[in-house]
Amino acid sequence: MQNKQVWVFVEQRNGKPADVSFELLSKGRKLADTLRGELKAVVIGHNVKDIAIETFKYGADQCFLIDHPDLHYYRTIPYSRVLISLINEHQPRIVLFGATVIGRDLAPRVASNTKSGLTADCTDLQISDVEYLKKTYKELLLQIRPAFGGNIIATIITPDTHIQMATVREGVMQMRECSKPKEINVIEIPFIPHEVDSLVEVIEQTQEESKVNLKAAPIIVSGGYGLGSKENFQLVFELAHTIGAEVAGSRAAVDAGFITPDRQVGQTGVTVRPKLYIAIGISGAIQHRAGMQEANKIIAINTDPDAPIFDISHYGIVGDALEVIPKFIEVYKSKLR
Amino acid sequence: MYNSIVLVKQVPDTANISGKVMKEDGTVNRAMLPAIFNHEDKVALELALRVKDEFGGTVTAITMGPPRATEVLRECLYMGADRVYLITDRKFAGADTLATSYVLSEVIKKIGNFDLVFAGRQAIDGDTAQVGPQTAEKLGIPQITYAEQIIKIEKNEIVVKRKIDGGSEIVKAKMPILITVIKGAAEVRPPKAKRIMAYKSAKSLLELETIVQGNSLLYIDKLVEEYKDRNLYIETLTTDDLPVDLDRCGIKGSPTKVHKVESVVLAGGNHIRIEPTKEGISKLIDILIEDKIF
Repeated sequence: MQNKQVWVFVEQRNGKPADVSFELLSKGRKLADTLRGELKAVVIGHNVKDIAIETFKYGADQCFLIDHPDLHYYRTIPYSRVLISLINEHQPRIVLFGATVIGRDLAPRVASNTKSGLTADCTDLQISDVEYLKKTYKELLLQIRPAFGGNIIATIITPDTHIQMATVREGVMQMRECSKPKEINVIEIPFIPHEVDSLVEVIEQTQEESKVNLKAAPIIVSGGYGLGSKENFQLVFELAHTIGAEVAGSRAAVDAGFITPDRQVGQTGVTVRPKLYIAIGISGAIQHRAGMQEANKIIAINTDPDAPIFDISHYGIVGDALEVIPKFIEVYKSKLR
Repeated sequence: MYNSIVLVKQVPDTANISGKVMKEDGTVNRAMLPAIFNHEDKVALELALRVKDEFGGTVTAITMGPPRATEVLRECLYMGADRVYLITDRKFAGADTLATSYVLSEVIKKIGNFDLVFAGRQAIDGDTAQVGPQTAEKLGIPQITYAEQIIKIEKNEIVVKRKIDGGSEIVKAKMPILITVIKGAAEVRPPKAKRIMAYKSAKSLLELETIVQGNSLLYIDKLVEEYKDRNLYIETLTTDDLPVDLDRCGIKGSPTKVHKVESVVLAGGNHIRIEPTKEGISKLIDILIEDKIF
């Protein structure tokens, strides 16, 4: 019988696990249940046993731990060597990575070596039987992703290879701790250094600790190109300041220099799911919607009544932001201060 | 002296998709889209040219694609590439990133004698960022992805600043190596007028074949020789010219398949319309207070 293991590469930076890895474990748990298979985590690094233990809170049945001083920094070659040999040995059915810089550096390397199918930047994963070219395939992984600049949604399958790999965007899967954590089952795998590992050495790392944490913000006020100028965009900051929200922007607003790239919401920016998202002067291209449509409540303010953003909004105000925002601030202050 | 090979791609301009481009079945009508030089690949070429400007050596650009992709190779020549290769064959069509990287790695091996392979981080039609690393793996060389600056090159070592999640890092690597670059890595030089004059009539084998078809007095072998003599022949490689396993090329060699494509459908507007007046906004704020959002 074919094995039905679902694997998640658990990414860490300086000993801190990436959120996306726990999001993937939560999703991986569901996929493994559907397949009636096992969920396994792979943790690579130095002094990262705590992370291995944490994976069981998110549903891992087993965790491979490869812990060695040479693995302190992520480097393509030693990390891919470890993963390739594990995958060759165990032949998992599914291997998932975060679509981060590390995941997008590592996954293709591993897929190329193991000749596996790999789909980048998925926003949804499902298990389903598939009819493809008049053949029926049981329980394939549907790898769903925006394509062609976000204008279409493509479902990719890997029908004829055993190992199905995907990278998944950060923030699109929900992180959920299991009601009852799994029993701790860590398998430590020895790491044998090889001379090829030192072909690339990390000399220095700079973490620009971003003060912006859009993902954690309960309320986000987001501005688009429709605001017209950087000066007008200040109104977005003013409104956010008044109501205690974080400020974000669409890609067009970032490209126009209205706001810094670390505040970009959308397919190439951050994915958020706040309690309230106020979209101002944002038309609502699919690329932007991909990053915010999961918000609990969405308010759209736009001069164009046909702007697609209204289709996913709960409340819509057709009007000029330059007039609507000051009114909003004034009324808010009168009620809540 | 360092020899560079640059991987370039012609892509549909996905940033400018209009309604007409989407077919009724939800697929994209590529023919309706202008084809452009993938910008990050141009940045990759720029970095290779800068290495050549400073240390000497050669720059070779290669692209896999339909005959039309010759256009981006001519652009490479205009910018300063020494040699260009078009890799084209119907048997290469429908390739996913794995099959693409297989063919590219075979071409790079055939060209040989390289220190650096440059590529854009990703192409805007697929946004996968996979072909670079997959090619490096097949060549058995290390990689640096998301490069934003070459800091130093000395002997067989290169020092590069690259972007990482939440910051950047500086890495030192031994050549040969494959480097993928992000768009901020360099300002791209404009094409040189002199080189445009020199290379605008450079032609690939397929373009010369088209000329021959329209003129019974011409023979393809002779024409190729003539273009080679004038330094205007764009090397054209097909499955016949490469030691490739056809089962690993094109759609046959691609494990990933497109099962379904849907154009993006909106949920439909069920939103509550709020008047852009103080009264309207006041009501909205009351609702939000009620919902304990404010």
